[in-house]
Amino acid sequence: MAKAAESSGDPGTTTPRPLFAGLSDISISQDIPVEGEITIPMRSQIQEFDSSTLNESVQNTIMRDLKAVGKKFMHVLYPRKSNTLLRDWDLWGPLILCVTLALMLQRSSVDSEKDGGPQFAEVFVIVWFGAVTITLNSKLLGGNISFFQSLCVLGYCILPLTVAMLVCRLVLLAEPGPVNFMVRLFVVIVMFAWSIVASTAFLADSQPPNRKALAIYPVFLFYFVISWMILTFTPQ
Amino acid sequence: MAAVDDLQFEEFGDAATSPAANPGATTIHIEGPSESPTHQPGLPRGSGGEEDDELLGNDDSDKTELLAGQKKSSPFWTFEYYQTFFDVDTYQVFDRIKGSLLPIPGKNFVRLYIRSNPDLYGPFWICATLVFAIAISGNLSNFLIHLGEKTYHYVPEFRKVSIAATIIYAYAWLVPLALWGFLMWRNSKVMNIVSYSFLEIVCVYGYSLFIYIPTAVLWVIPQKAVRWILVMIALGISGSVLAMTFWPAVREDNRRIALATIVTIVLLHTLLSVGCLFSFLFFGVWFFRPWHLLQESRMTKPAGKLMGWHHPLASKRGHTEV
Repeated sequence: MAKAAESSGDPGTTTPRPLFAGLSDISISQDIPVEGEITIPMRSQIQEFDSSTLNESVQNTIMRDLKAVGKKFMHVLYPRKSNTLLRDWDLWGPLILCVTLALMLQRSSVDSEKDGGPQFAEVFVIVWFGAVTITLNSKLLGGNISFFQSLCVLGYCILPLTVAMLVCRLVLLAEPGPVNFMVRLFVVIVMFAWSIVASTAFLADSQPPNRKALAIYPVFLFYFVISWMILTFTPQ
Repeated sequence: MAAVDDLQFEEFGDAATSPAANPGATTIHIEGPSESPTHQPGLPRGSGGEEDDELLGNDDSDKTELLAGQKKSSPFWTFEYYQTFFDVDTYQVFDRIKGSLLPIPGKNFVRLYIRSNPDLYGPFWICATLVFAIAISGNLSNFLIHLGEKTYHYVPEFRKVSIAATIIYAYAWLVPLALWGFLMWRNSKVMNIVSYSFLEIVCVYGYSLFIYIPTAVLWVIPQKAVRWILVMIALGISGSVLAMTFWPAVREDNRRIALATIVTIVLLHTLLSVGCLFSFLFFGVWFFRPWHLLQESRMTKPAGKLMGWHHPLASKRGHTEV
């Protein structure tokens, strides 16, 4: 209820009014709507990761993680704009893929020391430091994606290239020749395009709209270098 | 706004009343990143002409200094400080690349394109792309040269990538550092109109390296003459961008020192381009000499096998002979 402003005395009154004296007379009435909500945001569904998972069998634990990784593989192979990779990021998948790729790409015999092919550690470092550099770049450009989410996406999108590596290794068992090379080139190009499309589908939304190309170009360069390493792999 | 208009009018008045022999008023370019005007409306008072273009550039930077106030004051240990160096949009990066490819006499790259918003995105990723372009096309050209040889074993040379990367990044960062230090030292002796901040110099050098990326790709063509012509063209374009950028910064100086500075810049750039060509060839140079030895020992080339990826005859590769 709004009282009449009794504080509006004559200008001629000599009593000095204290500061903000009139505020106490103002009260909020019903016809001034208050905007907004003052509700506590609901906590998202958090699974009970406490002692209940300590008691489960090892198989349960491993299968749960493997299923999560497998689900993300499916998301990469059929990329739609979805949040699964971003929301529940994990680095198991990237680790598995990177180790597989590095194992297959390393030079196979010790005495070919002078051979210029990459060692296991070189491939590993290229993949992880490349992913870190791209993540830093996209964060510096103003993208609102967290560090590990971006690493997760970039790591998972190596899956097509790992498949290409497997295919190339199989093709290389056959007779070498131009057909051999053409098949490998085609497979690598297709998988490279698939990787780019998959990572763009996941990463593009988190970038500021007028800098998308700037953030995607390093991803292109990264997968291009990996594709080059796969294409030029020659077994001993 | 009235105060700003007054300031603008006053500055123009100063420039008009200064003697015609002195083309530029002594405006001090405040160093360090400041807020960038994204699109400058054409100031109606500015008439055409290169002097006015520079004055406009100075006016813009001063005006934005006054208008923007303190913008980039994050301490250097926060992430936001480094984000200010990546404050560019896609079209800005493309404009800067275009500016580095088309050196127009009189148009200063820094004034026109960078406009006190230097970025580190361009230099870093152009250098990275250049390293990989040289590595991959070097490998490719080596492969194409030895196409059809039975005993040639193709190897991707990854060790050399790190050497090439070191050279290119060192050039893109250490030479601007030296140049900036030198310009600072000269500025303390001679009052120059234009002085560049360290990041702007890094930016110019980084973007001027862009021309080498298509050049490296075209170096796959195995003709020696073609390669040297490409080097000349690339050197001409990027060298002229650099020379035109730094000429206004040194022309107030002693004539000989100014010329010596420009000559040194161009010379270093020549060294870099020749170095790029040699590192390109380096990606296969270990095979050139033993290839000649193999050539003598073999009578005929094998027919019908286009890509001879057979098991290498390791003893013939002869790395130790180099």
